[in-house]
Amino acid sequence: MDFLTLIQVLDSTVRMATPLLLACLAGLFSERAGIFDIGLEGKMLMAAFFSAAVAAVTGNVWLGLLAGIGASMLLSGLHGLASITFRGNQLISGVALNFLASGLTVLIAESWFRQGGRTPSLLTEGRFNGIELPFAIGPSEAEAAGRPLSELIGEANVIQQIWSELISGHSILVYVAALMVPLTWWVLFRTRFGLRLRAVGENPAAVDTAGVSVRGLRFAAIGIAGVLCGIAGAYLATGLQAGFVKEMTSGRGYIALAALIFAKWRPWHALGACLLFGLLQAVALRFQSIQLGGVSIPVQVMDALPYVLTVVILAGFVGKAIPPRAGGQPYVKER
Amino acid sequence: MTAPAIELKGISKAFGPVQANKDISISVQPGTIHGIIGENGAGKSTLMSILYGFYKADKGEIWIKGTKTEIPDSQAAIAAGIGMVFQHFKLVENFTVLENIVLGAEDSGLLMPSLSRARKELKELEEEYELYVDPDKRIDEIGVGMQQRVEILKALYRKAEILILDEPTGVLTPAEADQLFRILDRLRSEGKTIILITHKLREIMEYTDTVSVMRRGQMTATVKTAESSPEQLAELMVGRKVLLRVDKVPATPGKPILEIEKLSVVDSAGVQRVKDIDLTVRAGEILGIAGVAGNGQSELLEVLGGMRDGTGSIRINGQPLPLSGKGSDARARRHAGIAHVPEDRQREGLIMDFHAWENVAFGYHREDIYKKGLFLDNAALRADTEAKMEKFDVRPPNPWLAAKSFSGGNQQKIVVAREIERNPDLLLIGQPTRGVDIGAIEFIHQQIMELRDQGKAILLVSVELEEILSLSDRVAVMFDGKIMGERPADQTDEKELGLLMAGVAGEAA
Repeated sequence: MDFLTLIQVLDSTVRMATPLLLACLAGLFSERAGIFDIGLEGKMLMAAFFSAAVAAVTGNVWLGLLAGIGASMLLSGLHGLASITFRGNQLISGVALNFLASGLTVLIAESWFRQGGRTPSLLTEGRFNGIELPFAIGPSEAEAAGRPLSELIGEANVIQQIWSELISGHSILVYVAALMVPLTWWVLFRTRFGLRLRAVGENPAAVDTAGVSVRGLRFAAIGIAGVLCGIAGAYLATGLQAGFVKEMTSGRGYIALAALIFAKWRPWHALGACLLFGLLQAVALRFQSIQLGGVSIPVQVMDALPYVLTVVILAGFVGKAIPPRAGGQPYVKER
Repeated sequence: MTAPAIELKGISKAFGPVQANKDISISVQPGTIHGIIGENGAGKSTLMSILYGFYKADKGEIWIKGTKTEIPDSQAAIAAGIGMVFQHFKLVENFTVLENIVLGAEDSGLLMPSLSRARKELKELEEEYELYVDPDKRIDEIGVGMQQRVEILKALYRKAEILILDEPTGVLTPAEADQLFRILDRLRSEGKTIILITHKLREIMEYTDTVSVMRRGQMTATVKTAESSPEQLAELMVGRKVLLRVDKVPATPGKPILEIEKLSVVDSAGVQRVKDIDLTVRAGEILGIAGVAGNGQSELLEVLGGMRDGTGSIRINGQPLPLSGKGSDARARRHAGIAHVPEDRQREGLIMDFHAWENVAFGYHREDIYKKGLFLDNAALRADTEAKMEKFDVRPPNPWLAAKSFSGGNQQKIVVAREIERNPDLLLIGQPTRGVDIGAIEFIHQQIMELRDQGKAILLVSVELEEILSLSDRVAVMFDGKIMGERPADQTDEKELGLLMAGVAGEAA
C-alpha cells in the first residue's frame, strides 16, 4: 500500500467519522445531563430526510440543513416531553422515536416524491460541496492542467498530499464537526452551563437544592443534542451522499452510542473513538476483498467490522465505563 | 427585642388526605440554636421543605427578619438567607469540594473566575468559622464528616443567615458529631440562626436554646431547653409517658451458641469488608456490634444470615455451618435456628407491596402449620398473622394491608414478630429501631430483652451508640472490617467506644 492510498483511506475515514462524531457529541450532551438518548439514530434519519427533501425542492442546501435541524429538534422535544416532563422511561421513548423516524421518513418520501422512498438525487447546489483550502491542489487545478486530480496529488510532496487530500476538500460540516470537539470540551469543563450540566447528570438533587432548574438544564441538553443530530443527518444526505435513501443512517446512531461509551463520555476521547469506527468503515469501503495468506476474506466480513466492534465495546470488553450516575432516571423531588 | 430570624404563622400542608402540617406557628430568635424534635412522620421534614421552597404551604405565612416572604422555590429560599443541610447530602460525588460549593452560585458564564473567587472566600470562611476542608479534593475522597462541612460551607458561601440541619448526626461518629456542634456553636456566636431537626433527645438537651416538639403534624409545644427535661419532651413527642431506659437485669450467659472464627467477607467489587473476625455469642446474652455505618457490620450480618458468602468458620451450638455453596443460604440458616431481622426492613425484611399476612410467612412458608396438602393454608396464615399483630401491638391490626401502608415502627414490629416468634437459638438483629418512633422503640427493646432473658443468644448491630449501650451485655466495635475491641457494656462509655469507632485502637483490645 503506497502512501497516497493510506492518505486516501484516512481521508475517507474523516468523512465517515463526521456523522458519527456529531451524533456522539449529541449523545454526550444528553447523557452528561442524565438523559439516555437511544434515539440518536431516529433523529439523524429524520434530519437526513428533511434536509434532503427541502434541499431537493428549494435547491438550497442551507435551507435543507435548517429543516434537518428542525426535524431533529422536534424529535428531541418529544423525547424531552416523554422523559423529562412526564418522567417516562428514556429507553422506551428513544426506541419509539427510532421506529417513528424509520417509518415516517419512507412514508413521507413516497408520498412527496414517488421514487420508492427516496428523495430525488441532489444537484451541486443542493449539496454541501468540498471546500478547497488555500495552497491545496483541488479540482480547479486539475481542470487547469487538464489531468486527473489524483495524478496531480500523487506527484506532489508528502506535506502537500496530506494537506490537499486529507485536510482540504471536505464540506463545511466536516470542519464544523471537528470544531465541535474543543467547543464541547470548553463548554463542559470551562463554563457555568457545563458545570451545571455535568452536575445534573450526576446528582440532580444537588442542582435542584442549589436553586437551579433541573428541567431547564435537561431540556437545554437535549436541545443541543437535537441540533447536533440534525447536522449529522444533514451531512449524511447532503454531504456524504446526494439525497436520502431508506434507512440511510444504517445503525450510525447506535455506533455513536458505542463510541460514546468507549470514550467514557469525554469529548476528545469521543473524537478518537469515532475516528476508529470511521477508519473501519473506510477500510471496508476501500478494500472490498482482502487476500490474507491465500484466503480471500469476503466483503461482508469487512462491512460487518464496525458493527462487530460495536458489539465488542458494548459487551464491556474495553475497560469499565462508568456512566453519569443519574443517567436514565427521571428526577423526582423527594420529600 | 429584635425581630425573630424566622417566624412561621399558621402553616398548613396536606398531601391528599394526609395532613402533614396543621396550623404550625413558630418563632426563632436570631443567634440561637432552635431544636425541632418529633417522631418519624410528625411533619418536621415537610415543614422544613416548605421553608426551603420544595413545597408550597396550603395556608400560612413565612416572615423572615420581620418581613413577610414568599418562598416558591429553593432560589427564593437562598435569596432569603436560608441554607439547608439535608440528611442525605446533596453533593456531586465526582466534583471537587470547590465545584460543589460554586455550583448554582457562579458569578458569570465562565467558570474560572468564579472558582478562584470561591477559593479566596472559602479561605476566609475557613478562618472565620474554623471549617477546614481541602477545596481540591473530590467529594468521594473525603469522609462524611467532611462532606457535611462542605454542605455547611455551601450555605455560608450563599450568605445564609439561617442554617437548617436535618438529622445531622445520623452518619457521624461521636467525635465528628462533637466537632459539628463546636462548629454550630461558633456559628451561633457569630450571630447565625440554627434550626436543628433531630430525634435524638440528648442532642436537643445539650445543644439547643429552645426546642419545639412536633407530633402528628402539629406543634405540641415550644419550650426553653433549660426549663425542660428529656422525659417531658419524650412525653410531648409520643403523647404518653415513655420509658427512656431499658429495664435490664444482669445477664446470665450460658454455653456458646454462635462461635465465629477467622471470618472474612469479600464483596462483589473485590473489597474485603470483613477481616478475620473472631466472636462468640453465648446463650442469654446480647452482643452489640457498634461502629459507623459501612465498616463491615452489614456484611457480617448478611454472611451470618446466609445472604452472602464468606470464608473462615462459624458454629451454631457446636455444629459447623458452611459459609458458601450448598447449605449456606438463608433457608439453611433458619433451619439451624438462626432468625434474622435485617438492617433494611423495606428492602430485605419485607416485600412492600405484599399483604402483611404474606410477609409474616416469608422464610417460614414451608413450615407444616402453614401447609394444606400441596398448598399454603392461607386461612391459618392469616389467623397466625392476626395473633402476632395483637401480641406485638401492630397498628392497624389488619393482615390484608400492604406492608408499605404501615408506619416504619409497625413494619419493624411485623418483621420482629415473624423472626422472634420462631423461638430461635440465635437472633441476628440489625438497626432494630432505625426510623422507628419512640413508642415502638420501647416495645421492640423490651421484646429483645425478653428473648435474652429466655436464654437466647442475640447479636445486635446498630449505629446508635445509645441503643448499643442500653441493650448489650458486651460491646464489640467494628472499624474497617475488623473488631477494634470488645468491652463489657457496663465498663465502657460513649467516649471510649467513639474512639474505637474512629479506628483508634484501645489498650488491651
